[in-house]
Amino acid sequence: MDALLQQFFNFDIMMQASPIILRGFGMTLLLCLVVIPMGLLGGLAVALASLSPIRTVRWITIIFVDLFRAIPPLALLIFVSAGLPFADIRVSPFAAVCISFLLNNSAYYGEIYRSGIESIGAGQTDASRSTGLSASQTMAYVILPQAVRNVLPDLISNTVEVVKLTSLASVVAFAELLYAADMARSVTYNASPITFAAVLYLLVLWPVVRLLSRLENKMQN
Amino acid sequence: MSYEKLKVLRGINIDVRPSELVFIIGPSGSGKSTLLRCCNRLEEPDSGEIIVDGEAITAKGANLNAIRRRIGMVFQSFNLYPHLTAGGNVMLALRKVLGKPKAEARAIAEAALVRVGLADKIDNYPNQLSGGQQQRAAIARALALEPKIMLFDEPTSALDPELVGDVLNVMAELKRSGMTMVVVSHEMRFAKAAADRVVFMDGGVIVEQGAPADLFANPKQKRTRDFVGQIEQ
Repeated sequence: MDALLQQFFNFDIMMQASPIILRGFGMTLLLCLVVIPMGLLGGLAVALASLSPIRTVRWITIIFVDLFRAIPPLALLIFVSAGLPFADIRVSPFAAVCISFLLNNSAYYGEIYRSGIESIGAGQTDASRSTGLSASQTMAYVILPQAVRNVLPDLISNTVEVVKLTSLASVVAFAELLYAADMARSVTYNASPITFAAVLYLLVLWPVVRLLSRLENKMQN
Repeated sequence: MSYEKLKVLRGINIDVRPSELVFIIGPSGSGKSTLLRCCNRLEEPDSGEIIVDGEAITAKGANLNAIRRRIGMVFQSFNLYPHLTAGGNVMLALRKVLGKPKAEARAIAEAALVRVGLADKIDNYPNQLSGGQQQRAAIARALALEPKIMLFDEPTSALDPELVGDVLNVMAELKRSGMTMVVVSHEMRFAKAAADRVVFMDGGVIVEQGAPADLFANPKQKRTRDFVGQIEQ
């Protein structure tokens, strides 16, 4: 029991590692601030493209969504960071993470938006168009506000997944929270920094997950 | 308005005069809603011509959005925007299509809601309104754009019987104010009281039309007789 506490819950080691871990935590937050809005916007673009009146655009979107939902995000990240240099494109670890997350997240968020948009009855479009609003105004002011509200739990749930997936960035040596904690672990030969990192993830995500449960309950009633 | 050779509608030729209230009746699937929806091109006619207020709305370069705001439409299921208040529903097109400033749009919305008897409901959301109130708010939404013609697609079919009267009263007031109206509905008593002409459609064609008193009392065609007999029971 004592060995377990020593190995995973060593408070002194956590304190020692805290500067590097907190810096990593800051990088994780920064990464989230970049990749989540990018994914939300990219997903919206994907959803709108998937409902395009032009058949070719719809087909390209279907291929895009299928491809990036089927490729494991870690494989995609390694491919972008290790593959692009062969095409003479040098990308920083941060850029590689952003690119691969944009591709992966746009596909997932896009499907969520699309199901939201499709949940809105045709009568709403009829009413809006009959008053002279254009197709894009109808989308912006009538359909999307309702669609987003209908799929808000799914959007939040996917965002929680994205936050957790940012730990993949450690694989390409981007010094985010898990990377920093793992460095501290290898230096101290002690797993307590990992525990510390897990607690930080928990502190950020637990309130969100709680909110999500309440929202889901509320929407069922 | 005239149409020719449609799939659901065939060989339809009908004129509506200014300030006229034309009632369209007919069994379901007879094409009466489709006819109505062609009038603002929510439904695209395959061929034929539709002229509203002197403008051929089926013309190639027709500015649909400009035309549509002069053609008000009221739907069976109201189709109010649930995320906006009654006032917000009325204001949306005023703001985004006509570009009215917020204060002016709200003043127009208030006036439109007063006209349909919903003066105190401007800040209520659709789910806080009864069916009849929702439909009247939907009428206000169309009226606020000062349309030349109003299309009603079974405006009372989704309402509880005790709420029908309020909506019909608003429509009767509109008629008295000189609005041109085309109404798809089975409210026979209203048709007899307010309609200038009743058109009976079946199978995508106009079977018979005439003044309500004539058409209901002495239908010439057997199909009309059968239908009128059924709904008057």
